[in-house]
Amino acid sequence: MTLVLGIETSCDETGVGLVEDGVLLGDALSSSMLEHVRFGGVVPEIAARAHVQAIVPAVHEALAKAGATLADVGAIAVTAGPGLATALHVGVAAAKAYATALSVPLYAVHHLAGHAAADTLVHGPLPAKSVVLIVSGGHTSLLLVGDLVADPIVHLSDTVDDAAGEAFDKVARVLGLPYPGGPAIDAAAASGNASAVAFPRPLTGRNDPPLGFSFSGLKTAVARHVETLARAGAPVPVADIAASFQEAVADTLIRKAIAACRLHEVGTLVIVGGVAANSRVRALAQERCAAGGLELRVPPPRLCTDNGAMIAAIGDLLVRAKAAPATLTVPVRPSVQLRWADLEHPPQEL
Amino acid sequence: MAAPTLKLGSLLMLVLVIDASSAAVTVGVVDVPADAPADPMAALPRLTVRAQRTVIDARAHAELLSTFARESVDEAGATMRDLGAVVAGIGPGPYTGLRVGIVTAAAFADALGIAVYGVCSLDGIGLAARDRPAVLVASDARRKEVYWARYVDGRRDGDPQVHRPADLAALLGAGEVQADAMTGAGARMYADALGLPMLDVDYPGVAALAAAAVPSLVSGAPTEILAPMYLRQPDAEVPSGPAKSTLGL
Ligand SMILES: Nc1ncnc2c1ncn2[C@@H]1O[C@H](COP(=O)(O)OP(=O)(O)OP(=O)(O)O)[C@@H](O)[C@H]1O
Repeated sequence: MTLVLGIETSCDETGVGLVEDGVLLGDALSSSMLEHVRFGGVVPEIAARAHVQAIVPAVHEALAKAGATLADVGAIAVTAGPGLATALHVGVAAAKAYATALSVPLYAVHHLAGHAAADTLVHGPLPAKSVVLIVSGGHTSLLLVGDLVADPIVHLSDTVDDAAGEAFDKVARVLGLPYPGGPAIDAAAASGNASAVAFPRPLTGRNDPPLGFSFSGLKTAVARHVETLARAGAPVPVADIAASFQEAVADTLIRKAIAACRLHEVGTLVIVGGVAANSRVRALAQERCAAGGLELRVPPPRLCTDNGAMIAAIGDLLVRAKAAPATLTVPVRPSVQLRWADLEHPPQEL
Repeated sequence: MAAPTLKLGSLLMLVLVIDASSAAVTVGVVDVPADAPADPMAALPRLTVRAQRTVIDARAHAELLSTFARESVDEAGATMRDLGAVVAGIGPGPYTGLRVGIVTAAAFADALGIAVYGVCSLDGIGLAARDRPAVLVASDARRKEVYWARYVDGRRDGDPQVHRPADLAALLGAGEVQADAMTGAGARMYADALGLPMLDVDYPGVAALAAAAVPSLVSGAPTEILAPMYLRQPDAEVPSGPAKSTLGL
């Protein structure tokens, strides 16, 4: 058995995880989120500077939790893309150095495949086929997934504009809620009425692509609603608007995800990414999957947002599949599409 | 050609040197004798470069550093375990390359359980360019600026700074910065504006970088947390609160 050290630095979280044979043994997370708050979004240079300082301590925190030392590490996995180039460089450089100095193989993996693999750490291996809804600050996609590392990943759809998490963040700003907006809206919505405002369900019309996503119009609808109230001098019911917006996002996401399961005759829906931490997304998914006889898998919130454990999880799957390791010259790929979990050595297409 | 055999006794320490603060990615393995003087200038002639890899390509840092380290250690006829310390150039340098070099050095040292020491990357030039008493060392800071420091008999006089070439030329003209010659890729780039005689050390060398760290190397100082010298704040603007027009997204 091989202990895999996973490193994640694609955005503002420095994540390190240790996984062996599908079991998460220890992890550590250091976030520069608070440094970005006053800018209303992640500043790449600030994120990258923070990764430099955080990475070695995070490795040791994860090792301490796992009761392991670097000598026990048998492979390194790192997010090589997609993400902020400047941030990715830090993690990839660290991973290469650890792999070289420890003389262990290196795997360069796709961040989004990591999100999907996070679920295997709590719910075991994925079934032969599943639909994965990846919904985060940077992505909103439906994927058709077989074996995460042996089969190609089929993109069923991607958002045509904003990601759902981005819409949460921007709507939060409109409502005067703090960054990051997702958790703030989730909290505010708890005391609001979700049917107070009938916000649109984007791309759910008869002639719209059945699996398509678009959140920019919904975000603008919320902004317009708030502006109309403000112009009339009326108070802005933040909780109600937050709840109604959240309902529109959750409803749209889950409708499309279930449609994808039906269309591709798949019995399992996996929801991952930061927005999978949303309480309404989780509840609605549970409700509708139960009603539709679908198995629902959602990792716990701390494994939904960016973390190192999920990267170690993909690395562990690659090691167990006897995948060829990456070379030490593997580049960062800031905007790589998800087609294979392993960015440097995709298995041969049949 | 067979790799040179290396006898590792108590007489020397093999040091891995990494600098990626400029367009030149430099990695090397340097012998530091145990009885090396703790003074960088005095120590420099006593150091032996066992292997060195340098490529001038600002975009190649991330891809190359670990490969260069592996190759340098092999060429030195050593193994990773034979390394006694890591020395890293901590800039000043423009961002990604600098970070990649520093993180690589820190992770190597951590993985091998050895100390890492940071040195000013300009020292890797200034120590090597001591054939004139007072030398201005300048590297390219991008954005039409240079990082610079003044060296007197190979010793740095003050902290490195960042200026536009015209402003640095004004300081030279006013005698606020005094130098007989200049060197470094930044000086070469703006040679006309700066107007001093040009020496030929463009980039930091591994021996000079290792020499800059001898005070720590010979005393066995505790490992350091490497702090990159950026000399600039990140570019970022604080947005103006919840927008007046909420549609101004
Ligand atoms: N409880 C929540 N409800 C809604 N959104 C949430 C919640 N918690 C987090 N989010 C959102 O999730 C996003 C963060 O997601 P995540 O950490 O997965 O990664 P990311 O870096 O934004 O994107 P990616 O993983 O695609 O690169 C943010 O937009 C945040 O607002």
